Amino acid sequence: MNNKIIHWFKFGSPQSFYPLAGKMLPWFVALAVILGIAGLWLGLFVAPTDATQGEGYRIIFIHVAASWMSMFLYAVMAFWAGIGLALNTRLSSMMASAIAPTGALMAFLSLWTGALWGKPMWGTWWVWDARLTSELILLFLYLGFIALQAAIDEPRRADKAGAILALVGVVNVPIIAFSVKWWNTLHQGASISMTKAPSMAVTMLWGMLLMALCLWMYSIAMTLMRVRAIILERERHSDWVKHAVE
Amino acid sequence: MRNSLAAQLPATSAEAGGLGALSVLAAVIRRDLLLALRRKSEVLTSLFFFVIVVSLFPLGIGPEMALLRIIAPGVLWVAALLAAMLSLQRLFATDYADGTLEQMVLSPAPLGLLVMGKIVAHWLVTGLPLVLIAPLLGLQYDLAPQALGILMLSLLIGTPLLSLIGAIGAALTLGVRGGGVLLSLLTLPLYIPALIFGAGAVEADISGLGAVGHLSLLAALLALSVFFAPWATTASLRIALE
Repeated sequence: MNNKIIHWFKFGSPQSFYPLAGKMLPWFVALAVILGIAGLWLGLFVAPTDATQGEGYRIIFIHVAASWMSMFLYAVMAFWAGIGLALNTRLSSMMASAIAPTGALMAFLSLWTGALWGKPMWGTWWVWDARLTSELILLFLYLGFIALQAAIDEPRRADKAGAILALVGVVNVPIIAFSVKWWNTLHQGASISMTKAPSMAVTMLWGMLLMALCLWMYSIAMTLMRVRAIILERERHSDWVKHAVE
Repeated sequence: MRNSLAAQLPATSAEAGGLGALSVLAAVIRRDLLLALRRKSEVLTSLFFFVIVVSLFPLGIGPEMALLRIIAPGVLWVAALLAAMLSLQRLFATDYADGTLEQMVLSPAPLGLLVMGKIVAHWLVTGLPLVLIAPLLGLQYDLAPQALGILMLSLLIGTPLLSLIGAIGAALTLGVRGGGVLLSLLTLPLYIPALIFGAGAVEADISGLGAVGHLSLLAALLALSVFFAPWATTASLRIALE
């Protein structure tokens, strides 16, 4: 009977995770495509035109989902980096390095779509709103993590140094978010509030949820794809990689 | 000169126990201060950098006193951030290059304590001069006497915070390619709360809101980082020396 129990820790080794990631990858890609088509269809065609913002508001379907993912992915990255540091598991650290570029992309997308949204709504590409500023700093934190890992040649040292930076960052993110929020309320320059969102139509909410799930699946797929590349690169001297590549 | 540390530090753990934590701390601080005094140019460079950056802003923006008075807290604090960051590279680099850092890791005295001593010395050499010269530069920006006092106080609480957080970045980038630029990319985002509350304290005082809230938060951040930063720095140093 014991044979039926799956030994999950087996997949902690890069060698056995590589084929598993390869098997999971097409499923997550397919899910991301299906959810993306459904979400965009709901968002761009079905959802009603907003009373105050017109058609321009439809960028929300990408913008909100990307913002959520950018914050969530930083926590996931720090989690894997911390596990890698504490348990000295190579795959955890590889996961952290694989997540970072997708997280940075999400933060950038969030800022970019925010600017595109802000131009027609507020008449300006950028306001020093607390959320925009926090998102920008989050992008800087991602870039710092990627730059630090890229600058260190030895993979294990890069893993550990990156892990400490990610953990210091994750402690700092709430402090930064709080201080930026206070800084913003103290200055009250533009007095534009994004929090007073009008009550949303149900289709809008569904569109947003579907897009969030789509980007979630996309992030998982990209992470798996990147972690497979990292595994091959780091284990290139081992026998199984020579067989796997053939 | 560098090897005198070995003479000052206890050789065995029994000795270390007998010496006590404070004397170990004092030994490291005294050694780093002595080293800094023998190379005065390095100390003065970051101070002059601070003065020059602050003096450049009126040249770029224009000499209107009303405008300068508004931007003064921000300019002084950003300049302090940059000056602190410039000096960070030297915090561990020379000790790393000549092997002293390795001896520190091997010594029976706790590494966190030695790191703390180095950070304190770094602040005394690079942070404290900024605090002392800041009122003079504030006068150039026509700040009121009370605002000058708050500026000094906020820098007095804030600059140790910069040294503590910066030490983590300095340890992480030790012996890494392009360390200097990388160091700024890592530490500047982490400096943002210090900048907001430090400059905010002076602004709040000028606008009549009272600086106590900002200064308390700055002090809270300092207390947090006194506890956590040496620990993270120690872990980073061990990784760098592996």
